[in-house]
Amino acid sequence: MSETHAITVEKVLPYPPERIWRTLTRSDLLAKWLMPNDFEPVVGYRFTFQTKPMGDWDGIVHCEVLQCDPPRLLRYSWKGGADTNPDYGSRLNSEVTWTLTPVEGGTSVRMVHDGFVFPGNRFAYDAMSPGWGKILDAIARVTAESEVSPSKGMPAA
Amino acid sequence: MTPASQLSAVMKTLADPTRRAVFERIAGEREIAATALVKGSKVSQPAVSQHLRALRDAGLVVERREGRHIYYRPAPMGLAPLNDWLSHYEAFWRERLDNLEKLLEEGGDE
Repeated sequence: MSETHAITVEKVLPYPPERIWRTLTRSDLLAKWLMPNDFEPVVGYRFTFQTKPMGDWDGIVHCEVLQCDPPRLLRYSWKGGADTNPDYGSRLNSEVTWTLTPVEGGTSVRMVHDGFVFPGNRFAYDAMSPGWGKILDAIARVTAESEVSPSKGMPAA
Repeated sequence: MTPASQLSAVMKTLADPTRRAVFERIAGEREIAATALVKGSKVSQPAVSQHLRALRDAGLVVERREGRHIYYRPAPMGLAPLNDWLSHYEAFWRERLDNLEKLLEEGGDE
């Protein structure tokens, strides 16, 4: 049994969703702030991000567009890394979801990177590391209340 | 151990459900005697000993001997490799989102 953890990063930017959507979905713009890529905003389209090779990993992130709903929601798979690498270069079979929500004065940009598979459930980790809850942030708190059995507890993005 | 082998050692060690149960038991205590762990476990004493050795070798628990007794406590930094893994990605995304904000600020998205 294992449990999947997610990273959430959220920011309000003073621009309309359409303009931010363009930076998320136009390959040349995406390359400017994220990584070189051959992205196209088409569901089912397979593309890659290229970053520095690291250890046994060639630095290529293999992706597939899973959901594309302009200018609101973009979701793609994110696979790469190698078992022998630490941290950033470690093997990952995950998903990245971008959600744009219009708010007063701009757009809330929310990125959820889900699929960090840890062995076992979260209880042991909570007991062991005080900094843990901080990383999992609000998501963890919401599930902790509803989580009676230590099953897969993280909500989807 | 290098950070890479630490992460995979922790992953592999905790992948075994019985061993994980032993670890979770220790993680919930300040310190616990090996004999108490055997009593509370469904598996045999040699099996528990083997799991304890694996947990110790992965840096997840710390062993203390006192006379004929052996005690175990959770290693404070035992799960740090898992934390590092996530925090690296979190830092990565924060940095990239800052890039995105800067690009928009400078009008580089025209």
